[in-house]
Amino acid sequence: MTVPGSWYLILSALLFSLGALGFFIRRNILIMFMSLELMLNAVNLTFVTFSRMLGDIGGQTVVFFVLVVAAAEVVVGLGLIVAIFRRRSSATADDLSIFRG
Amino acid sequence: MTDLLAAQTSLPDLVTFLIAGCAVVLGALGVILMRNPVHSALSMIMTLFAVAVLFIEQDAQFLAAVQVIVYAGAIVVLFLFVIMLLGVDKRENLAKDQLRGQRPLAFLAVLVIFVEVLALSNGKWASGAKATVLSTSSPGSNVVQLAKSIFTTYLLPFEATSVLLIIAVVGAVVLVRRSDLKPGHAVEETEDLETESEMK
Repeated sequence: MTVPGSWYLILSALLFSLGALGFFIRRNILIMFMSLELMLNAVNLTFVTFSRMLGDIGGQTVVFFVLVVAAAEVVVGLGLIVAIFRRRSSATADDLSIFRG
Repeated sequence: MTDLLAAQTSLPDLVTFLIAGCAVVLGALGVILMRNPVHSALSMIMTLFAVAVLFIEQDAQFLAAVQVIVYAGAIVVLFLFVIMLLGVDKRENLAKDQLRGQRPLAFLAVLVIFVEVLALSNGKWASGAKATVLSTSSPGSNVVQLAKSIFTTYLLPFEATSVLLIIAVVGAVVLVRRSDLKPGHAVEETEDLETESEMK
């Protein structure tokens, strides 16, 4: 018998909170992006846990799609960061005021 | 602890969960606390591997493999390449709070998120009926079950992801392309346009 599902869910809630914390307190865009990935992973862990608790393979299918979307998102996001960096030559979110009127 | 004893968790499972859980939390802390972005990326690998171990613990072998290959392999390498390309591996001063009052507010918001998740669950973590079709107890390995699910019920979303990937590749190329690199470049482009209009 494996560890109860609630333990996994508490762990993934903790991981999500840490990701959110990193997103809030760090100013480096790359680190903020990594924290985003941590939050995505926490949600993936919940999906797999629910898939086991309910005996439903659909949860794992959703995680598969989340992985694909995350890969696409990382590619476009890092492309954006490179493009911004060329203009501003700095990677902190505080310096980004391109849209200021 | 009592529900754990009631469920009669086997010792290897418990030890695996505890080690992987500690690795997940430590890696996440490393990502948000390391001052060097390269170290953050390496800590992220630790978290991603530990999550893959937890996937295997829960009989999701295919996803564990994909997690290691796509996340720990491709995505972190992409991050490291961008860090190298941009040369942002200089250290950041974490002690200074740049926006006044941001840190306490961030801690408060995150605490609210965490407590809310725990409180809302209220002991009933998963409510709903057990799956009858496409269940994890149907014949075949985990890969077979997942393939059946993806290629029957979720065929249209699966096809849509291929379009999404193409869009992502094109988008990345357009974003990173340098259009103002050489003076001769623009001339070539206008020539191309002229020949195109001539062909029309």
